[in-house]
Amino acid sequence: MRRAATFSESFRPATAGAGAFRELGLLAFIVILCAIFQLRNHNFLTFSNIRDLLANTAILSILSVGMMMVLLTAGIDLSIGATVALSGMVSALTVFAHPSISPLLSLLEGMAVGAVCGALIGVLIARFNVLPIIATLGFMNIIRGVTYLVSKGAWVSSYQMSDGFKKLATGTILGVSNLIVIAVVIYLAFFYFINHMKTGRQIYAVGSNPAAADISGIPRRRIIFLVYVIMGVLAGLGGVLWVAKFASAQGDTAVGYELSVIAAVVLGGVSISGGSGKVSGLILGTILLGILNNALPLINVSPFWQQAIQGVVILAAVLTNVLVKRNNQRFALRKRAI
Amino acid sequence: MKVERSIRMERAWSWKRFFLQWEWLLVLIFIAIMVINSGISSYFFSVDTFVNTPMTFLDKAFLVLPMTMVIILGNIDISVASTVALSAVIMAVTFNAGLPMPLAILLCLVVATTCGLINGLLMTKFKELSSVIVTLATMIIFRGIAYVILEDQASGKFPTWYSALGWGSVGGVPIMVIVFAICAVAFGILLHKTSFGRKIYGMGSNLTASRYSGIKTDSVIIVVSVLTGLMAGFTALFLTSRMGSTRPNVAQGYELEVIAMVVLGGVSTSGGKGRIGGPILAVFIIGFLNYGLGLINISAQVLLIIVGLLLILSVLILNVRFRGRYQRSLPASATVAAEEQSNDKTP
Repeated sequence: MRRAATFSESFRPATAGAGAFRELGLLAFIVILCAIFQLRNHNFLTFSNIRDLLANTAILSILSVGMMMVLLTAGIDLSIGATVALSGMVSALTVFAHPSISPLLSLLEGMAVGAVCGALIGVLIARFNVLPIIATLGFMNIIRGVTYLVSKGAWVSSYQMSDGFKKLATGTILGVSNLIVIAVVIYLAFFYFINHMKTGRQIYAVGSNPAAADISGIPRRRIIFLVYVIMGVLAGLGGVLWVAKFASAQGDTAVGYELSVIAAVVLGGVSISGGSGKVSGLILGTILLGILNNALPLINVSPFWQQAIQGVVILAAVLTNVLVKRNNQRFALRKRAI
Repeated sequence: MKVERSIRMERAWSWKRFFLQWEWLLVLIFIAIMVINSGISSYFFSVDTFVNTPMTFLDKAFLVLPMTMVIILGNIDISVASTVALSAVIMAVTFNAGLPMPLAILLCLVVATTCGLINGLLMTKFKELSSVIVTLATMIIFRGIAYVILEDQASGKFPTWYSALGWGSVGGVPIMVIVFAICAVAFGILLHKTSFGRKIYGMGSNLTASRYSGIKTDSVIIVVSVLTGLMAGFTALFLTSRMGSTRPNVAQGYELEVIAMVVLGGVSTSGGKGRIGGPILAVFIIGFLNYGLGLINISAQVLLIIVGLLLILSVLILNVRFRGRYQRSLPASATVAAEEQSNDKTP
């Protein structure tokens, strides 16, 4: 444990203050946004609305954990929307065929389906050097096609699912929605994994300098494979929760959802070129995207505006990221000159 | 120019190398598909099939030409389908607002070119960003704007002469095929016979070295992006002409099909390798494959899977082929470095 700590310290960049500055900026932006929404609609900052907002953002935040790891290795995964659909569909069909099956078992089933998808993609990328965007673009099609084949184009609707299955997402533990509980548990585990475990730190190392990672004996290919498997498992989990939440499994479930997830992660300050990004930023990024997704209808913004606004916010976040980083470098150089 | 000539001369021409080209494999696949198709339907081998079937898939083919350049550069552009949607929607809306059709067509091309220019400017002004993230953002924005303009409506009612663009023919050859042939020849000359084309290959193999040897890398990237936009405009024109109306969700998923065709055509995704002929052959392979699947009533979902598998398989075969060549000719330490380069295309 001690070794891991020093390892993480050695990886901290020289301009550590910049990250904190960025997150404060993001926090300030969220606060301002909330204030504006509250002024436009007084129901925005009520307890029940915040609870709904968090529950609606839970699946997004679970997926963004996996996506953060993928981006940390300088990869990208465009197939998760399809993985969500396939795992959700498979678990829903099983529940339909055997209503007495335990909900936990269908959760595991979905995660297994996701793991298989993730492992196939991981092998392609880690073993055969296929570019992540090409491999996942191809698999997005394959998995989506398999979803339609498995379901034969039909839907699984609410009445065909057992109550226990639907309770997975709609139930509560101590008054808190299951979705929120699951998301919080995953975030805690992820925080420990990425910051305090050897494998977690190795993910950063692989992303920031693959050649150096190879030379220092880090099993680079195994790490990259692992990252895509974890992404698949989380997408499988998200798929089951998605189907349980909306009580309907369709072939076109979560089409384009990967873009929202990538948007949330990039908003959270995770660099798309790998090696940098923090869990605290990720949380803020997903919350910001969750607010944008859930609150725009509340202040009577037409749903047709949502996509354009989301795109502009992503672009702005990415560009600000670059500008802040450039500024920091200039600042650091100037300091060294003095 | 002299230097380039000498590099090209270095590879001695041989029958073996000539027939071991990727393009011959594509020709074989194409012939196989033709044979299978004619086995399925006895009406397949007719002039009508060969003249009219290409019109059903050639709209995407316009995107394949610039995408080949983009991928040889080592970049990728996933915003092309959204550019098609945005320019088509703007053309339809302005026409219905009273703009004469020729001006609306011009506006469509201008909008598409502007979209390309925006991509190019973002990529060159913010070099830290990979082309994936830039075009991902613009992909969402362009389609988002199309939704803002037209919401969930369709727009159309074009004049009849406009639909002749996609359906009509001159002297028995469809207009679309003629325009595509002209574009293909133009892109082929640009890529293989001009110094601009050589610069693209140079930048794809080594961007930094190209910059240091005096190539204006930024302007090459911008020109390629603008060409991509322009061709997206052509796709929008022909697609709307054939469909008779347009919606914001038009051309969804084209980016994947186009990238799949380019990669199937033997263009390496790590940049610097590939020729224009392969992707054009791939257009016809996927097009006629699609047609054959339609003959035996196979659903669109299976086609999804097939396109995905083709993309993955061709990348796999190309990767294994090129990696084998590397490993034979380079010492062990250099192999790791070469792999790194092909893995990480972050500028």
